[in-house]
Amino acid sequence: MKSAPNPEFEADCIRRILAGEKQLFHDLIRPCERPIFFLLISILRNEADAEDAAQEAVVKIYRNLHLFRGESQFRTWALSIARNEGLGRLRKTQSRREDSLDALTDDQAGDFTPAILTSWREVPNQALEQKELAAVLRQAIDGLPEIYRNVVLLRDIEEMDVRETAAALGIAEGAVKVRLHRARALLQRSLAPRLKGFAPRRSKLFGWATVRKDEAR
Amino acid sequence: MRIDCKHVWQHISAYIDGAVDAELRAEIDKHLETCEICSAVLDSTRNVVVLYADDRVFELPAGFSERLHERLEEEMEVSGP
Repeated sequence: MKSAPNPEFEADCIRRILAGEKQLFHDLIRPCERPIFFLLISILRNEADAEDAAQEAVVKIYRNLHLFRGESQFRTWALSIARNEGLGRLRKTQSRREDSLDALTDDQAGDFTPAILTSWREVPNQALEQKELAAVLRQAIDGLPEIYRNVVLLRDIEEMDVRETAAALGIAEGAVKVRLHRARALLQRSLAPRLKGFAPRRSKLFGWATVRKDEAR
Repeated sequence: MRIDCKHVWQHISAYIDGAVDAELRAEIDKHLETCEICSAVLDSTRNVVVLYADDRVFELPAGFSERLHERLEEEMEVSGP
């Protein structure tokens, strides 16, 4: 479940936790669990590492709660701690490798031309009941360069706005927009040709028969 | 002035998010009326976003939340915020 932050609830919760009602921290962190995990899996590319880092990040958020100044949303602050946790771990594992974390930048030219189609038949959400479709979508996002994947996960999958995504990732709002645009273009290009196979077959006879059957119930 | 396909593609993401100004939106809408390629690119992009944003695509690992809160509980026993 994606839940929008509630600043009044958070402020009240934080005050009470710091005054001694520790248990309330469980409720405070619950809405942040999904974005924390998906941001970390985007950075670390491995489910077990992401879960381990998420636990560590949440413990750090708890221990450092007294440092939260309320200048940003609580979730933004929590996500920046999770991001640092993820990047710290990544630096340790990549220290002997040549590729830098910042290898890809927004200035780099790339081909973001969409897949050219002359018509599109919508793939309904019900098609996701086929596990294969969900796997195809996950693979496509997993295949994006990291700087695009992070933005897609926070903006489109966790439904965070441009401002909060920028703050959580420590980048400018303009960069969020550019990266999201490029990511969606890359995803359209890789997915559109493959998703065609998941569109419902156009068969008026079949559609009519289904309606009649439903009506007869 | 009539805008071309490449110009439309540059703004597709912002168009989907409703983040283009009224003037540009009107230009894009006008282009879409007669350009089946851009209409299909727009529809497919929007459809792709709707599908991958569905909760069934990215799910937390089973037991993730329980394990996280257990870990927190252990932490709370030994330290305060």
